[in-house]
Amino acid sequence: MAIDDMNYEERVAWVGLVVSIASFAVYVTVLLTRAAETPMPETPYVDAMLWTIGASIVVMIIVSIIVGIVTHKDGHETDIRDKQIKARAEFTSRGFLVAGAFAALVFALLELDPFWIANVLYLGFFLSALLETVTKIALYRRGVPAW
Amino acid sequence: MVKPTSVTNNIRSLRFAAGELTQAELAERVGVTRQTIIAIEQGKYSPSLEIAFQIAYALGVRLDEVFTYPGASAAPAPTGESE
Repeated sequence: MAIDDMNYEERVAWVGLVVSIASFAVYVTVLLTRAAETPMPETPYVDAMLWTIGASIVVMIIVSIIVGIVTHKDGHETDIRDKQIKARAEFTSRGFLVAGAFAALVFALLELDPFWIANVLYLGFFLSALLETVTKIALYRRGVPAW
Repeated sequence: MVKPTSVTNNIRSLRFAAGELTQAELAERVGVTRQTIIAIEQGKYSPSLEIAFQIAYALGVRLDEVFTYPGASAAPAPTGESE
């Protein structure tokens, strides 16, 4: 698998995979470290969540710009195949997003602590993003099956 | 692994027949990324009818000279009669 074989969107998908796993791993590590001192749901989590989400967005923007500059020599950055792969990956990953939102709804109806609502939503976002990028990479590498 | 598409193509040989056209040059003429041409050549992506026609046009041949569908020979020939 050569870097040269990848277009802009696939390279960004690989970066997105690494960034989403790294940022969520950092968040979970921070949360579990703090949970050793303060049991959940009293564990402080808001700052860690905002910092990891913010940092991953900033890193993605910067890396996407750099990848765009590097890939520019290839000419067309995106085409209809990229749009089809993006749409199919979003369709595949939507389930986790809905599951996270539904779990948050149930938690809210049960009047659970906002800690659990925020974290189950974050988990849903993470799993959805993870499945989306994994699906994208699989479609780029193994091919796009006909529907 | 199941092949993503059962449509086969002769793009690679037709590129060489068309003056050793590179994948990048064909991509530029068709208006897609070089990686999409690679994916089509390898049978990993079935292009839209519009892209398929553009590839044939760029290579200077008919559509059925570029793409082949395995079931095509088994299909009944058109009669030309209207119902």
